[in-house]
Amino acid sequence: MNVHEYQAKEIFAKYGVPVPRGYVATTVEEAVENAKKLGGKIWVVKAQIHAGGRGLGGGVKLAKSLDEVKELANEILGMTLVTHQTGPEGKLVQKVYIEEGADIADELYLGVVLDRAQEMPVIMASTEGGMAIEDVAAATPEKIIKVAVDPAIGFKGYHGRELAFGLGLPKEQIGKFVKFASALYQVYMENDAEMIEINPLVKTGAGDFVALDGKMGFDDSALGRHPDIEAMRDLSEEDADEREAGEYGLSYIALDGEIGCMVNGAGLAMGTMDTINYMGGTPANFLDVGGKANAETVAKGFEIILKNKNVKAIFVNIFGGIVRCDRIANGILEATKLVDVHVPVVVRLDGTNAPEAAQILKNAGIANVIAATDLGDGAKKAVAAAKGEL
Amino acid sequence: MSILVNKDTKVIVQGFTGKEGTFHAEQCLDYGTKIVGGVTPNKGGTTHLGQPVFNTVKEAVLSTGATVSMIFVPPAFVSDAVLEAADAGIELAVIITEGAPVRDMQEAKAYAIKKNMLTIGPNCPGIITAEECKIGIMPGSVFKKGNIGLISKSGTLTYEGANQVCNEGFGITTAVGIGGDPIIGLSYKQLLPLFEADPETEAIVMIGEIGGDLEIQAAAYIKENITKPVVAFIAGQTAPAGKRMGHAGAIISGSAGTAAEKMAALEAAGVSVVKSPADIGKKVSEVLKK
Repeated sequence: MNVHEYQAKEIFAKYGVPVPRGYVATTVEEAVENAKKLGGKIWVVKAQIHAGGRGLGGGVKLAKSLDEVKELANEILGMTLVTHQTGPEGKLVQKVYIEEGADIADELYLGVVLDRAQEMPVIMASTEGGMAIEDVAAATPEKIIKVAVDPAIGFKGYHGRELAFGLGLPKEQIGKFVKFASALYQVYMENDAEMIEINPLVKTGAGDFVALDGKMGFDDSALGRHPDIEAMRDLSEEDADEREAGEYGLSYIALDGEIGCMVNGAGLAMGTMDTINYMGGTPANFLDVGGKANAETVAKGFEIILKNKNVKAIFVNIFGGIVRCDRIANGILEATKLVDVHVPVVVRLDGTNAPEAAQILKNAGIANVIAATDLGDGAKKAVAAAKGEL
Repeated sequence: MSILVNKDTKVIVQGFTGKEGTFHAEQCLDYGTKIVGGVTPNKGGTTHLGQPVFNTVKEAVLSTGATVSMIFVPPAFVSDAVLEAADAGIELAVIITEGAPVRDMQEAKAYAIKKNMLTIGPNCPGIITAEECKIGIMPGSVFKKGNIGLISKSGTLTYEGANQVCNEGFGITTAVGIGGDPIIGLSYKQLLPLFEADPETEAIVMIGEIGGDLEIQAAAYIKENITKPVVAFIAGQTAPAGKRMGHAGAIISGSAGTAAEKMAALEAAGVSVVKSPADIGKKVSEVLKK
């Protein structure tokens, strides 16, 4: 789960990670009120969406008067912001964050992520703040300092010093930076974060460090023990179909091809997409029905797949382990009653109770259900069906 | 022969009396696995599926001599269960539970290593030595005895791969589902040498997916150390960048962990890489007939 910048900063502030003052707004009037509350002469109006690259996309702008705050809030609220992380369709801006202007002497980068190879969190720092860190990693990897922290010992002074000296900070700023990084590590560990990124981390004229931006993602499996974070979830930032699927225990991601896929297991689901592609077709979605699939969830899966008007055929590929094939077969029958399944459905059911499932489908004799013997056969038939050749 | 587990392996189940634990322990018993007891706090002294129930893993180990634990406890209790198993002298913990927090697994795995306990999973189908010992949730009937070792991140692709291998007239020595979470126990690199050393294993099937770099590590290891033929498939060639496909582990960040990158590394290491999982069986047949 991801949160907005303003929410990440709320969490930062609780742990003593310095952030500029700011207030979130959903209307232009509220934005202006917020600016008045903050006082001062410079404000930053920032689009709140779950994606990076907002500044380059025109979603972060500086206002030098209350009139400008009004003008910019009006412009940014309701705009569809396209950045390198939103995809070409962009994201609708429903909230703006009004923040006090910062005194920027230098821009740094600081992030915390899990390093899967070392199996511990790694703190990354760079002097190249304000740039996409992927670009820095590609062009000048030596400018990224990485320090792994073993949770068994926790964040120690030497971790912080390694980062601070690596950034070439002057000696009067070393202690401040160590404190900042230590607090951020606390934020990461105590909230079961998956990643934290501050870009830029600003060094002010006075030599203080301030998180000018904040991105946080959380481990979904740990949300149960963080109700405060779960409450920050912004459903409007999530794809409606993916969310609906999730409510039924289905894992769904829309793609731009023509063959709808319904598979059990994430690996086999990806493998099915790969096979369709290999046979000359294009997958319309990723859909993992999970281990608890039943008639209702299968029917729901069909409904969601068929919402996508590009779908010209559906490939149901089930290798039953925990999932029983007869339940899937009943689900397909149920789906044809509840949903208008107007495209050919290629069905491959193998594993637990596969013979019973085959019998169920055979007895039902539904016109556009095509049986397949194995994965290769199924993918081939689905590709042919999508082309209208079956 | 086989790796890690066989017909004599004594297994206990943590989370024995729960719904999942009961269902799958029963299937394992039917398969012939020597399940010698289980652990459910507050139910010690009772009997379940004809086997004794204990309050603690320590008691279970002392009383039954079990060396392997199959873990079915709910996600929030996985770390506690793994730590308890490690402290009780269990040699291998097979963690089936899906949805354990990453931070918990980090802690649990570090402690398991310290205590010399091997782990498989979490969020995996388990391990099976064909026609001898099934410790997990895979459909046992798919795994016929034979000469192919199998290692897979994905559960259903484990079944798919094993099924194809058996349909080609071969069979399985041992199949291990290692799971696809960000932090897992035994991986390709630790399992490959076991298959290399196993006299009955003639070829190895390796199934990976996008995200992380375990397959890249495996490729480097295979190049230097593995003489047996290896057939590999990497799922997620068509997965869009930055999207998450169910497994927390299957995330592409930048260029690292893409299917293309992994396939190229494996090919460079002399592995026979197939583009579709539908070709796994045929490719195994091909490399063994060479």
